[in-house]
Formats: sequence, C-alpha cells, structure tokens
Amino acid sequence: MAHTSSIPAEAAQNPAVSAPAPVRTSAALAVFSLWWREIVRFYRQRSRVMGVILSPLVFWVVIGSGFGNSLRPDATGGGGHYLEYFYPGALIMIVLFTSIFAMMSVIEDRREGFLLSVLVAPVNRSVIVLGKVLGGTTLATIQGLVFLVFAPAVGAQADAAHLVLVVVIVFLVAFCLTALGFAVAWRMDSAQGFHAVVNLFLIPLWLLSGALFPIRGASGWIRAIMRANPLTYGVEGLRAALFPATHSREFGLGASVGVLAVFSAIVFAIAFVIANRRSTKPAA
Amino acid sequence: MELTVAERASRSHEPPAVPEAVIQLENLSHRYDERLALDGVSFGVWPAEIFGLLGPNGSGKTTLFRILSTLMLPTLGRAVIQGFDAARQPARVRRAIGVVFQAQSIDPKLTAAENLWHTGHLYGLHGGALKSRIAEMLGRVGLAERAGDRVETFSGGMQRRVELAKGLMHRPSVLLLDEPSTGLDPGARRDLWLYLKTLRDEEHVTVLVTTHLMEEAEHCDRLAILSEGKLVALGTPAELKREIGGDVILMEAQDPASLARRIAERFGGNPTVIDGKVRLERENGHRFVTDVVEEFAGEIISISVSKPTLEDVFIDRTGHRFWNETAAPPAK
Repeated sequence: MAHTSSIPAEAAQNPAVSAPAPVRTSAALAVFSLWWREIVRFYRQRSRVMGVILSPLVFWVVIGSGFGNSLRPDATGGGGHYLEYFYPGALIMIVLFTSIFAMMSVIEDRREGFLLSVLVAPVNRSVIVLGKVLGGTTLATIQGLVFLVFAPAVGAQADAAHLVLVVVIVFLVAFCLTALGFAVAWRMDSAQGFHAVVNLFLIPLWLLSGALFPIRGASGWIRAIMRANPLTYGVEGLRAALFPATHSREFGLGASVGVLAVFSAIVFAIAFVIANRRSTKPAA
Repeated sequence: MELTVAERASRSHEPPAVPEAVIQLENLSHRYDERLALDGVSFGVWPAEIFGLLGPNGSGKTTLFRILSTLMLPTLGRAVIQGFDAARQPARVRRAIGVVFQAQSIDPKLTAAENLWHTGHLYGLHGGALKSRIAEMLGRVGLAERAGDRVETFSGGMQRRVELAKGLMHRPSVLLLDEPSTGLDPGARRDLWLYLKTLRDEEHVTVLVTTHLMEEAEHCDRLAILSEGKLVALGTPAELKREIGGDVILMEAQDPASLARRIAERFGGNPTVIDGKVRLERENGHRFVTDVVEEFAGEIISISVSKPTLEDVFIDRTGHRFWNETAAPPAK
C-alpha cells in the first residue's frame, strides 16, 4: 500500500500492532480457492451427487434400450446395438447436466450474499470466472469419466492414447458448457429463469449433437445446425476415440478437439466480459 | 483530533486532493433510473474513528455503502478511500477495505475455518501465516472451539461473528459495516461495539458503520445523518445535540396548531406540530414549562421536558420525524 499516512505514528512504532495488509494477491491462489469451494460444496450436497450420476444412467438405459429395436443397426453407421451408438451422447449428457447445474451456484452465491464478498476482494474478475468455471468443469469431467466404467460393456476398444483424447474431449466439453452456464447465470436472479434458458436452448443443443441420431441421416438444415453445434464435436469426437474401428467418422479427432478448444476460449471470453462489467446498478 | 490529523497530513507527501481524510466524499450523487438516491453528499472520515452513517430506510445509506465498497459506480461525484477513487481504482480500494455486509456472505456449507481460509486466499494469505491468522481471528470472535463446524449449524449471532472475522482477515485499514447489529441480541450488540472500539484504539482501523438505530449512532465518534439522499447533519453526537440549544419540550394539547401559533406569538421560538404534539426547543426548559403552563392553563393536556436526542437532531434538520411514514406533514 503506497498510502500509509492514515496509519498513525503510534501504530508504526508499536510492535504489538498488526503488520500492514498483504499487498500482493495471488491469482493462482484465488483460482485454486474458488475451485476448491465449488468441489467441496458439491460433494457436501448428497442429493446433487446422486441426481447427477443416476439420471443419465437411467436415460441411457431407458432410451437406449427403447430405441434399440426400432432403429436398424446400419442407420447409425455401425454394427452394434443402439446402446453402443447412444453411449457417447449419454456421456455428453452427464457432462452437460453437471456443468450447467454446477453454475447454478452463481445464482446461489448471489442470493446467499457470498458473491458480494468475492466481488469486494482485490481479485480480477477473470480470476473469479476461471475459479468457478474450473470448479464446475472438474465436477463435470469427473462425472463424465466415472461413466466410462460402462464403456467396456458396449464394446469400446480405446487404447491408452485414445483414452487421453477422451479425457481431453470431456474436459473441453465440460469447460465450454460450464463457461456458458456461468455467462447465462451471471445476470439471473432466480433458478427458475435459469431452468427456462437451459430447457429452451441447451436440451435442443444436446438433441442436435448426434447423440440420438447421426448427422448423415438428418435433413439439410438440421445437418447445418448440427455442424455448427459445439456439442456435435464432443459427441463425434468421443465416438471416434472410443470406437475407433466400428464407426465411420464425420470429422477427424484433431478437428473435434480443435473446434472444442476454440469454442471454449470464446465462451470463456464472453463469460469474462459479462462478469467484468461495472455499472451504476447494484452489483447484487 | 482534527489538529493531530492536520499535523500528520502536513508531514506526509500525499497528493493534495485528499490531505487527511481516510474516506473523502466529494459531491457524491447517485440516480437509479428516475429516483435520486444520493444528492451531492460531501464529507470526510478521519483516521481511526468510528464514523456512523445514520438515516432511515431509503435515506441513501445503502447506496453510499455500495459505492464505497466498489460494487457500484456513482452517477456523479467521487468517493475516495485511502487516496484511491472507488470508481477508477477499485483494486487499490479493495485492498484497503474490509467489508461486512448486512446480508450473510459466509458459505453455510463450509466450516468457520474453511470460510476464513477461502477469504484469506482471495487476499493473498496462505500457508502458516494464514493458519495462524484464522486461529487468531476465530479466537477474537470467541469461536475457536467451533472452527471445524459448518456455519449452517451456527446461531445467527455466531454467524455474524464469522462475518466480522471474515471482513478483518486481511487486516484492512478501513472497515465498512452495513447495519452490523441486524439480528443481534443486546449482549451480542454490546460485544460488537466493544470490539469495534478495540479495533479503533489498538489497530487504528477506521470504521464506517451504517445504521438506522439512534442508540447505535450514539456509540459513534462522529456521525453523518442522511435524509432523502442529502447530508443533513455532520458532527459528534454530543455536538449535534448541543446545537439543538437547550431542551426539547413536547406538549399535548386540544388544538396543537393554534397552541403552537400562540406560543410563537407570546414566547417566540419556532414551535412545530409533529405527530399531533407541539414541539419546541428552548434553553432552560424547566423554567419555560412553568411559564407556558401558566399562560395557557387548561389547554395543555401534558407537557414534557427532555435533553435532545439524535432523533431531535433529525427532526430539527429535516422538519419531520425519523420514521415519517405515519407522521403528519410538518407544520411550518
């Protein structure tokens, strides 16, 4: 602190008086702490953990088994059961749910007042966004990877290198969606509004990601939307990495990872810009 | 006090814009869409004083608090803390201030120690220094035994103490508290004020407190009284009450308006009718009481004489009661 004249002379001479406030704040420390809090909070709410693990599993089994006999194997481009085709989509759905709902914590933090105390701390807004987004990303990545225990059951044949790619893709999809969730949640003051946006935009985004039906069979304009959808690159990338032999590819694996990385950077930048605005309106 | 401050300022090499005050407001104004919430407020807060911001709801306290805590930009004027403009240099201001909000800001899912651990990280504390600071702060607010318990299991008063510890983790030179005694029982309220005075005396922290409670404002070294966004009084509680001049006399009467008019004709002064009572400020109130009762015998139902309170200061400056939703318009 450059300005010390306000501290009376007695204070400077008295050794019992506390040292001046620390000047240097550490961005890494702040990111770590915000990240850590996201994780701890999540695992202290058991119902959230159960919901996030069980609901996609139920979706996968019910939808996958139900469609199983309706769709001809060749329609999905592979020889396996529909459960196999649907597997990457189900994994992305887990990531989608966890990422987006992890960012409900932005609304909770605002309502509980916690956010205010973070906003008056001397940390850059990008640090706040990064800490929270990485927290949600970590949760979603973990949940997505836990789902991988079912991969052998549907005949996934990924080797070590492909498994690394699976982790990278899951992480990028999680980051992209968490940052998106953050951007949406920042100006919201109610969980209901957030749900409305999620239902209106994010569920269709998932439906049109190649999770349920392949791009190739879709009509022209749907196909265009699917190609513009970042989730498509997550689903197709996972499919290519998990089943390298059976599925014909829509895009190369490298292209999928690249597109996801670019989308992640863009969405993060948007989240930062939204959170960095200061105005003459109350911050919370 | 002002003298030593001036001496200190003359010895320092600070920019001349803010010679001595820790917090300096310059013509601070704020407008929410159509409502003017702060209207050209200017005052300074001196080092190591407990400064009260007194005003009823809607007087602009919260608006001022938001601007000082860097959470909102003013629409006009400046707020300068430790020489830094809250609007232009928020990062510098944020390092200097500790903020205790009226609403809860601690995380109920974390333990008391974890809450402080997290806050410490945001301010760059870590490792052993952070650990000992957490232990020190929890000890000071009397929660050392409950360090490992989740805050959601705490009583309201205990949660407020964690809030205070959280605001002080980084040893701020300025502490801003918004309605700090909300939800505190009288004992906890007394403890809070004792602690604020300790902070002022031993660590020379400058404390700014917003309040709508007269008895709380009495504890402050100096006060700014706000009404409808305007600064209506500034000074120590004793000074402000002294300015009233003598005693406050309240009279119940059959026809207060006519009584007030006739008292003005006979005795002078400026009697007003507030809440159906004739109110008058007068030196040597006890003598005036006998005079006025003799003069208007039979018209006065009851009469009381009292030393002025801060509420009287407020009435004197604004012409209406502190809580004026139900009050009659001032009879001027």
